[in-house]
Amino acid sequence: MFDKYIVCDEGFRARGDGHIGGVVEVRMPYYRGLRLSMVEGVDLVLDDKPIAPERTTFTVHGNTYTFDQMPSVTYDRWEFGERAELAFETDEPLATGEHEVTVSVRLRLSYMPVPGGGRSTKRLTFAA
Amino acid sequence: MTNARHSIKRGVSLYSYQEETFLRTMSLEDCIRAASEIGAHGIEIIPEQSIPDFTNLTEEFVDTWFAWMEKYGTTPTATNSYLDTKLYPDRWLTVEEQIASIRTDIDVAVRLGMPIVKATINTSPEVMEGAAPYAEEKGVQLLIEVHAPFHYEHPWILEHLEVMHRTQSPALGLMPDMMTYVKRFPRVVSERALRDGANPAIVDYIVELYDDHGDTHALMDIVNYRGGGPVEYGLARVASHYIWTDPRKMLDHMPLIKHIQAKFYEMTEDEVEYSIPYDEIIPVLIEGGFDGYLSSEYEGNRHIQDAFPVDSVEQVRRQHAMFVRLLGEVA
Repeated sequence: MFDKYIVCDEGFRARGDGHIGGVVEVRMPYYRGLRLSMVEGVDLVLDDKPIAPERTTFTVHGNTYTFDQMPSVTYDRWEFGERAELAFETDEPLATGEHEVTVSVRLRLSYMPVPGGGRSTKRLTFAA
Repeated sequence: MTNARHSIKRGVSLYSYQEETFLRTMSLEDCIRAASEIGAHGIEIIPEQSIPDFTNLTEEFVDTWFAWMEKYGTTPTATNSYLDTKLYPDRWLTVEEQIASIRTDIDVAVRLGMPIVKATINTSPEVMEGAAPYAEEKGVQLLIEVHAPFHYEHPWILEHLEVMHRTQSPALGLMPDMMTYVKRFPRVVSERALRDGANPAIVDYIVELYDDHGDTHALMDIVNYRGGGPVEYGLARVASHYIWTDPRKMLDHMPLIKHIQAKFYEMTEDEVEYSIPYDEIIPVLIEGGFDGYLSSEYEGNRHIQDAFPVDSVEQVRRQHAMFVRLLGEVA
């Protein structure tokens, strides 16, 4: 559910911190908010190339976490429908213009015997 | 709006407006207003969907909440709790931690004036029993949802009923979800599978087997034998999850039934639910003397959002037009 809304149409942009890479805004494909320890992964594939989780960070309402930290974050949440910022690093600057962005969100839902989450792919325009 | 024959009340779970809430085209206040405008005065919420920073409710939020209830003439009916047994990656919550989680949910409900907390189906009978004294102390009822594929003869529900009958706790009871009365396969679900590229012959097979109330236990295996892939498996899984049972089975448990989640997938232009026969369900609730809320739970958005605009407000309006008719309400 809500898979088509995972990757936000707007906000695909350069990082503001001087590092090479970008930021894509993402939403959780689920009908309630979750504590971050249950977000097992937000995996990014950019133009068919997977970006390692170590090269990404996750920001909700101004709080930034690495994916190493997330499993122990039981005190902060990804809210229902909230646009989180997935920042990523690349070796080379991204070209201005269209890119294919795929994001898979992996969630640990207690009442489900199988993994939760979803995946979506969009063509986004990168604003340098 | 009362009727001599029954005291059933109408409400909405704001879950029904999840599409608009997710996309921020409706605020929490908009949802409450939409319910009020159709005479659905009972408000049920999933706190983790409707309120940021759960479980920390600010005084300001709580004041605003009660001001809305007064402004729109609405009444808090129920919250839905979620038991995150897998909160930590490396271990399950202990039974004590699970009970503590439910106690926190009860505290949130009390602050919002909610008399009922729904316990999600994964809540174990031991946790229900362990949380019951606190619920009693706080004057809240803790109801286990009876959600497909579960039913009143299912071992998991029988274990819950054993706790309720043995303890005689006034705080424990049942919240039937009307997805246990899916008589005809929801076409919004099968049509979505077709749009996702499912083999039409396999879709027809699944829908016909379901509509004939055939044995769906081995459906995923059969779909595999017939050359199905992930899309067809997904549809088969859903078909083996929905159930149709006789609504009259609720009569045996009426004293424990305090709230109804009126699930629906598609209200047609004729103001009937395509797959759930409310005209067979509501007379049973009237006969059994049910006096709680019929609380709408629209869940069709996820099946149509790929291809069609979602209008949850209109879907809920149609369901309540049907309820008014079936309840014999006179304005």
